[in-house]
Amino acid sequence: MAVLLVSVVSPENILFEGEAEMVVCRPVDGEIAFLPGHEPFVGALGAFPVRIIRADAPEIAIAVHGGFVEFSENRVTVLSDVAELPDQIDVGRAQAAKEAAERRLATDPEDLVAVEALTRANLRIEAAQGFARTP
Amino acid sequence: MAGGQERVLRRRIKSVQSTKKITRAMELIAASRIVKAAARVEAARPYSEKITEVIHHLADGGAGDQSPLLMPRDEIRKVAYVVVTADRGLCGAYNTSVIRKAERSLLADRAQGRDYSLVLVGKKAEGYFRFRDYRIDAAFNGMSDTPTYEDARQIAAAVTPAYEAGDIDRVQLVYTRFKSAGSQEVVETTLMPLDSASLGLHMTTDDDVTVGPPPVPPAYEFEPSPAEILDRLLPKYIESRFFEAQLEAAASEHAARQRAMKAATDNADDLITKLARIMNRARQEQITTEIMEIVGGAEALRGGGGLMPDDFLADTIENRKEDLFRER
Repeated sequence: MAVLLVSVVSPENILFEGEAEMVVCRPVDGEIAFLPGHEPFVGALGAFPVRIIRADAPEIAIAVHGGFVEFSENRVTVLSDVAELPDQIDVGRAQAAKEAAERRLATDPEDLVAVEALTRANLRIEAAQGFARTP
Repeated sequence: MAGGQERVLRRRIKSVQSTKKITRAMELIAASRIVKAAARVEAARPYSEKITEVIHHLADGGAGDQSPLLMPRDEIRKVAYVVVTADRGLCGAYNTSVIRKAERSLLADRAQGRDYSLVLVGKKAEGYFRFRDYRIDAAFNGMSDTPTYEDARQIAAAVTPAYEAGDIDRVQLVYTRFKSAGSQEVVETTLMPLDSASLGLHMTTDDDVTVGPPPVPPAYEFEPSPAEILDRLLPKYIESRFFEAQLEAAASEHAARQRAMKAATDNADDLITKLARIMNRARQEQITTEIMEIVGGAEALRGGGGLMPDDFLADTIENRKEDLFRER
């Protein structure tokens, strides 16, 4: 069976490179799953985990804070200037950041910095848990 | 006193030797950093290659580029110069050559009645232009050694909005390209407007907007539209170009420093040899003079009787042997 070749590239290095069965990510209009043989695709990504589902290894969720995805000939390339692997994420810190941002939003719902901080924290927690969830 | 000259030379040699130790250490440090910096240049390459590739696909998908980042301006009134230098000196002509190139272009622009804007990276550029009373719009220090992407983002943030607002009509990037450890070159490129031809983008003029479907059917699906993705992608592309320039400049800086320090170490070696020769000659001369004095004294005594002159000469040489023939 055909497999996907996945690379997650940040400006400073290649975060992840390997084979996968399926890659799930979310461009602006909703989630999309790439399987081998998908149509060529280019999309802009929001802040959302990119899930890499592999046959012989546990699933990886990478926290991508905005970026781009390109699919062609069973190669998935995710470009992101800020992306984190699950083991780079400090869940405790993200949790603390989330609570701090929520407190700030409770007093001032217009606080855009807090909204961004909350999005970031949620994304990190989600990506880290996605990784922990799988056996 | 003849002995004074020898002492001065000995001190001089010692000082050159300790300078040599420092330059040697700097040479070795720089050499090890070149490797690391070159590896970072390599590591950054996939991202910029990929981003260029995606832009090509967008272009094939018919991204009509109305982005201000791509539109050449009819009239150039103000040119921004982003000059990438080092924070530290002791790297030969590295800083000077970048600064000279930037200043020359800036003056040429000014001769044509264009205003300038300076965005300086590295203390050396800031020092130079500030001393000469240029107007500096932004200066970034402390990032030349190991630049991060965040640094590049800051530089982009200092330039892009002014360009988009129409305040600046062109952005020139002056930095040192790292070709190899042995060869670097100062380059000046136009960063904004982006060169749409090299990105594979076909500029849509008003005439061909209506020319039916694009020649090649779009092989890609886009989400959102190609134009929208392009609008988001181009700023990232510019950031990555700044980042690339900074990384190359950092690698070049280390290479330039290594070369400069190697030359300094070699010079110190030459200087030590030369000074040692002069010192030895001075010591020989002094010994000769002393022997002549003793012989002269003995000759004088021979005439006057008293002590046996030959014994006196032998005694004196025996007593002063250590002094006369000591190891140098």
